[in-house]
Amino acid sequence: MTATVFHAGFLTSVQDLGRTGYRQFGVSLAGALDVFALRVANLLVGNDESAAGLEITFGGLRLQFADERIVAWCGGDFDVQIESRSLPAGHATRLQACEELKFGRPQIGCRSWLAISGGVDVPIVLGSRSTDLRANFGGFGGRALRDGDVLQLGARPGSPIPATERISSWSASKPWSQTAVSTPVLRFVRGAAWDLFNDVTIQRFTSEAFAVSTDSDRMGVRLDGLELRRDNDVDLISEAVAPGTIQVPSSGKPILLLGDCQTIGGYPKIAHVITVDLGIAAQLRAGDHVRFSEVSLADAHRLLLERESELKRFRIGVSLHAV
Amino acid sequence: MEIVPLGDSALIVRVRERFEDAPDQALTEVLRTFRRLQDAAIPGVIELAPAYTTVAVFFDPMVVTNAGPKPDEALDWLTERVRAAVAPHMRGGHGRGAASRVRLVEIPVCYDPEFALDLDHVALQAKLTPTEVVDLHSRAEYRVSCIGFVPGFPFLAGLPKELATPRRATPRKEIPTGSVAIGGAQTGIYPLRSPGGWNVIGRTPTRLFDPEKSPPAFLRAGDRVRFRAITREEFEALAP
Repeated sequence: MTATVFHAGFLTSVQDLGRTGYRQFGVSLAGALDVFALRVANLLVGNDESAAGLEITFGGLRLQFADERIVAWCGGDFDVQIESRSLPAGHATRLQACEELKFGRPQIGCRSWLAISGGVDVPIVLGSRSTDLRANFGGFGGRALRDGDVLQLGARPGSPIPATERISSWSASKPWSQTAVSTPVLRFVRGAAWDLFNDVTIQRFTSEAFAVSTDSDRMGVRLDGLELRRDNDVDLISEAVAPGTIQVPSSGKPILLLGDCQTIGGYPKIAHVITVDLGIAAQLRAGDHVRFSEVSLADAHRLLLERESELKRFRIGVSLHAV
Repeated sequence: MEIVPLGDSALIVRVRERFEDAPDQALTEVLRTFRRLQDAAIPGVIELAPAYTTVAVFFDPMVVTNAGPKPDEALDWLTERVRAAVAPHMRGGHGRGAASRVRLVEIPVCYDPEFALDLDHVALQAKLTPTEVVDLHSRAEYRVSCIGFVPGFPFLAGLPKELATPRRATPRKEIPTGSVAIGGAQTGIYPLRSPGGWNVIGRTPTRLFDPEKSPPAFLRAGDRVRFRAITREEFEALAP
């Protein structure tokens, strides 16, 4: 069965948890910029966590299914409507065939992830259903969705389908489902080039707010305002970078890399946003102000372990509520 | 050798400090480290990525922390495992076995003026004729230092010094697929139509990236590469 896209909106693409294993060939991770949000949404509709869903940027998406499906979404502060009723983040609901699902513009944040029971069924390319928008492969024809596209959906898993009242009674908590915040603070661990910056620069990096520039995209968030200068501005030998890496080109304006980033880079890496905060980074939009706060690597791992064990409890909870 | 964290889910093993002074040796050491880490199959390691003087080790912190240590010891534990896996190389000197496995790949290139957008510019910079540039470029032997920028893009070391040309001040919005180009002291090939600032001197009909293939990239780090100058007719015959 299918989903028909009436309006694709600003930028909507098919994404799963990303493409790993091919960095040595220069292939980017891609995938949902907030994989945790997509995993939660998938669990809510009874999918495997890694099923492909839609990443919606700045709303404007309108779509309809050819058969009955369960849907849920997590992400920014979007107004989502099914015909005349609204669907809050982190809640699963049943969508009848030919009912229209509509994403409005977000108040806070810029992205959301929609899970559809059965998942979006596009071919697996290099181990993933994610769209590589830079190299134009994977996902739906290697590109963002356009008005009029018809997507294949997977078979609905886990039959019998959970009863409607059960679906709506189970929801994800707000910090999980509504990941955009009005005063974002990103926690980071030190990068290899940390010591190349003097104390004053480090002090400014960790105390002042950076403005998100308009030329930010799925590759990275460009930050304006403060310029982080180095005393000795030599070029470094290119080496691996990853989503979360904050690199500082000679302009002094830092770039926070996201899922579509290149696999290598030669700019100094001042810091790395920790994995549990990448979902907050994925919501940054032009004009937002963001601050950075240091944590230890041990804390970064502890926070990740905590969140994963909470997700494990959530997964059990969801499965108990399915009939 | 040093091992430094790259965020909370990766490590960088830095085999050498410098690259330019001995690219061949650096790549041989990097590849040996890469293979040793591959063979070690350390629990939780997802993938490895070699580049110039480093091998990046991407890992799943959930697996690493569950593999024994407490969360605050996960990184130390992994670092020790990585150190042990690559240690034989630090003691073992120059393993000839690894070096002999290096492939030599020939890539046909058409230096036709229609493809060679910046050949005249490169020639002018080098104070050579375009023919001399083509001769020098197609006679040298190169080595893939790294694959990156876009999928399948090889950064090649070994460019004759005379041909080194700074990147264009204003990058082109679109460089055609297969363009062979010079950027600073390196040469490379654009596997996909993409923006870029390198000086284009030819085009290859060889497909350098195909996501339907395994592996998807035609070249890999460490490969030795030679360019073979071909005519326009040969190019058309070889083009997919």
